[in-house]
Amino acid sequence: MEVIRHLFWLLVFPGFLFTVILGLYACWIVRKVTALIHHRIGPPVLQPLYDVLKLLGKETLIPEAANKTVFISAPVVGFASVLLLSILLWAVDFSPANENGMFLGDVIVAIYLMVIPSLALILGSSASGSPHAAIGTAREIKLVTSYELVLVMAFIVVLIKAMTFHGISDAQNDIQLLSLSAITQYQHTPIMSISGFLAFLAALLCVQAKLGFTPFDIPEAETEIAGGVLIEYSGALLALWKMMQAIMLVALPLFLVVLFMGGIGTSFGSIALGTGKYVLVLVLLILIKNTNPRMRIDQAVKFFWFYCGPVMAIAIVLAMLGKFYGKWWL
Amino acid sequence: MNWKIWSLKKSPWVFHVNTGACNNCDIEVVNCLTPKFDVERFGVTLVGSPRHADALLVTGVVTAQAAPRLIQAYQQAPKPCVVFSIGACACGTGIFHKGYHVVGPVDKIIREIDPNAIIAYVPGCPPKPEAMISGIVKTLNAL
Ligand code: SF4
Repeated sequence: MEVIRHLFWLLVFPGFLFTVILGLYACWIVRKVTALIHHRIGPPVLQPLYDVLKLLGKETLIPEAANKTVFISAPVVGFASVLLLSILLWAVDFSPANENGMFLGDVIVAIYLMVIPSLALILGSSASGSPHAAIGTAREIKLVTSYELVLVMAFIVVLIKAMTFHGISDAQNDIQLLSLSAITQYQHTPIMSISGFLAFLAALLCVQAKLGFTPFDIPEAETEIAGGVLIEYSGALLALWKMMQAIMLVALPLFLVVLFMGGIGTSFGSIALGTGKYVLVLVLLILIKNTNPRMRIDQAVKFFWFYCGPVMAIAIVLAMLGKFYGKWWL
Repeated sequence: MNWKIWSLKKSPWVFHVNTGACNNCDIEVVNCLTPKFDVERFGVTLVGSPRHADALLVTGVVTAQAAPRLIQAYQQAPKPCVVFSIGACACGTGIFHKGYHVVGPVDKIIREIDPNAIIAYVPGCPPKPEAMISGIVKTLNAL
């Protein structure tokens, strides 16, 4: 019985099936809102599903110059890691209080799981043996090195805030310090403070870059390097990438909601509210996507290192001051 | 109906190949994506790589320089893949007929490497976006 329950949890709800469906739906929201901004009608609700089905039914070509093992395994690895990330988030969200401390949902694990899709993308595209993909790979590596630090700094602000709220500082609670469930359990909202708000903005931009949305879609730049990192993928493998991106569209905004806005929770009212928060973050991302032109890669690196970095440093100092003086709004 | 064909009809992704068009047909192709016609309603998306494409929109007479590229693009596209000859030039070399640089209309070049290729013709100089949409609809219904 226990086994069946766990399998159900992993494969159907809220695991694989549920997340993929939600992800495809989020994909549709992105395309529909984009279309509305253009004053177009946009695709029907099931369009992302049709796309994935069609790709699964098409021929899968593997270029002659490609390293076959890496070329095929990269999308599988990326897909698996985002799936794991989303399951972790659902677990934290739906059953945060785990008395015997079996599952706490470590922030560090989540950070690693969030890097793996980018790494898989880098591996897969560099294994495909195309010069366009090589340029895309180089850009993706630069992009990852530029936003990753800012993202971690934003998380640090959240962790300091969590300590401020609940005085989790004594040694026996050390393990709780980095746990996602400790953060959701108290439903605190760092976004209501100055440093938390700054951290939220920076993290939002990092998520934008992670999703490959427009000001930071430099690695895929369709107009200059023809799809960049994904250029050689076709058929079922491309469908895997598309599904991976769809799940990231669920997992990353959800992660922001969990960290900055107090999560989603389990009661009916809080689920409605939580969905509202998620859609808010998603629409913010879409609006940024549609109102900005693509940056050059050097501009993006400068933006993250020279603008977001110092701002995050200030935010961390503010958060620590807030903790020291017990002021929640700092 | 086969689910592969069914889903293909629901989301044809197109790749645009210019094989020596005067640029007028290309503008009309891009015109299909504008708010007035919005072919994304039917799932049509312009993609950047022939590997992602379900249909090649070929415009222009095939010039001697462009022919090998057209063949390459066609071979790189995963099958099933439909080739659309857009414009009088692509359908039958149009006003450039017997030009020194013209090696043939699109269907001749494609048939040389794949006799069973699915080729659709949308004549006009340039064809209206309505004509292209109707061509796409007719072709997909015939699949
Ligand atoms: S068919 Fe007409 S508009 Fe199109 S490429 Fe040829 S000459 Fe130009």
